[in-house]
Amino acid sequence: MNYVALKMLFGDRAKYLMLLCGLTFAVMLIVQQGSIFWGLMMWSQASITNLNVPIWVTDPGIAQVDEVKPIADTAVDRVRSVDGVEWAVPLYKGLLRARLANGEYHQITLTGLESATLIGRPAEVLEGRFEDILQPDAVVLDQWAVERMGGPTVIKVGTIFELNDKLARVVAIAKTQKSFTNIPVVYTTYERAIRYVPHERRTLSYVLAKAKDAIPVEDVIQRIQTQTGLGAFTAEEFGWKTILWVLKNTGIGINFGTTILLGFIVGMAIAGQTFYLFTVENLRQFGALKAMGASTLTLARMILLQAFTVGLTGYGVGIGLATVFGYLTASGGSLPFVETWQLLLLVLVALLTIASFQPQLVS
Amino acid sequence: MTTDSQPAAVRAHSVVKAFGTGDTKVTVLKGIDLEVYLGELLLLVGESGGGKTTLLSAIAGILDIDEGHIDVLGVPLSTLPPGKRTTFRGQTMGFIYQQFNLLPALTAAENVAVPLLIQRIRRPEALRRARMMLDRVGLVDRTEFVPKNLSGGQQQRVAIARALVNEPRLLVCDEPTAALDGANGQKIMELLREVGRSPDRCVIVVTHDSRIFHFGDRMANLTDGRIVNIERIQQEGTA
Repeated sequence: MNYVALKMLFGDRAKYLMLLCGLTFAVMLIVQQGSIFWGLMMWSQASITNLNVPIWVTDPGIAQVDEVKPIADTAVDRVRSVDGVEWAVPLYKGLLRARLANGEYHQITLTGLESATLIGRPAEVLEGRFEDILQPDAVVLDQWAVERMGGPTVIKVGTIFELNDKLARVVAIAKTQKSFTNIPVVYTTYERAIRYVPHERRTLSYVLAKAKDAIPVEDVIQRIQTQTGLGAFTAEEFGWKTILWVLKNTGIGINFGTTILLGFIVGMAIAGQTFYLFTVENLRQFGALKAMGASTLTLARMILLQAFTVGLTGYGVGIGLATVFGYLTASGGSLPFVETWQLLLLVLVALLTIASFQPQLVS
Repeated sequence: MTTDSQPAAVRAHSVVKAFGTGDTKVTVLKGIDLEVYLGELLLLVGESGGGKTTLLSAIAGILDIDEGHIDVLGVPLSTLPPGKRTTFRGQTMGFIYQQFNLLPALTAAENVAVPLLIQRIRRPEALRRARMMLDRVGLVDRTEFVPKNLSGGQQQRVAIARALVNEPRLLVCDEPTAALDGANGQKIMELLREVGRSPDRCVIVVTHDSRIFHFGDRMANLTDGRIVNIERIQQEGTA
């Protein structure tokens, strides 16, 4: 009877296409909204993912990555002394104003990396050589800095500007993930960074560390916390801490979350109604089949086959369209769009659950 | 031609069926006693709302009855579990409806093959038998047509082929000529009459159409939930 079920489904092409369009739109709506939301959340922890280090040691009261609470300079050595730590390096991170040659001021995030290792450097360099950061007055900008500070004609390799009345010379342009606030990032060495910023008693923002390969990172984090009294997190934990802070303390959680939820409800309502109408329209035919001796189980299997076939097709097309949308609008990282397998799985399960209810209409 | 001496294919005894509850309860069948014999075509007539279709559905085992019992081909249908009743119906009964109830996406041959597919007969074999049955009802040149490309009379002939394809012993027809013009209605009834003449089969036809009364062997008049009379119909050429 599978053959009959599929012919019933595909036989009326106009009806089938309407059914498919409804489901495709529902899936696309949910995936597109959910992916934009998650892309935005990824942006909120861009400072963590851009540095790509396994352990972050922080002030114990840290709330999120962009809310820097300086710690004592001795923290680096204290972390290095913890058993199981393979390496630990200092990181400076703070806001500063850059003054361009044309007199414009731009707020920037100054990131100071340890000069010996340059741990935390971006993985991809678009122009110049990152190692030139070791030259006098050298800084590396990310591509968003070029965009925000006047474009490639104003900001390029060789451009000179001022940071707190001190000279900064661009030696490379690196590629990074856009941040939530989209403040340009200026990389330099840790030592030079603390010369750029006004004098403070504490200048160390974070200690970046790695556990030895044979020792579980959770154990090392526990030891760092116990022995130094500082906060210590894996990059993933710190990322989640930042995301949760953003959700809780900005309007994004409520506003965008509500939009996502509504998108999900509307999408699933469309899917449910589309399935329902299709099944109800065929009830007379199912009644005839039942009179001819088709068991309730057979009819349920036919309806499930129809619902799953069109559901999975709509799911695939919907995801495809959402992905194309993401590719077209978010290529180069200019818009937030991150499709996760968890979201796709959630939509699939929800869709198939709704489809699974259809056979109850004939019982 | 049949007589009461033929074995009964259907025995309905004191059948009661009501719909609704409380003040809205309507008793549609009020103690029906009826026997339908093998080899005969029984017409079930009467005013609209009198319970004809309800009785037909009860005999087919589609509707549960509240009181009484119904035996079909010696099987106590009213006491069979729903699953067994469905299987029994699929194996022994054929249905013809006023609106044909063909599956619009399927060709004539595929529509006729559906009862065989339900019986788990493989598709090539089911289609082969379906085409043979369409040949028997005069539609061998329309096997690959979908219903919308067939006339009303042709669609009803497809429905008859579908009802007959698994060799049912009881053929149940609900207003089979109501959607057809006079000429097509006569042809359909001739076909049903031919089928009903088979000694191991019987046909029950619910109808309002007085133009086809002469095709029946007997006519039962169902009014207000009761069979008020059953009369034998004088056949053409008989005294």
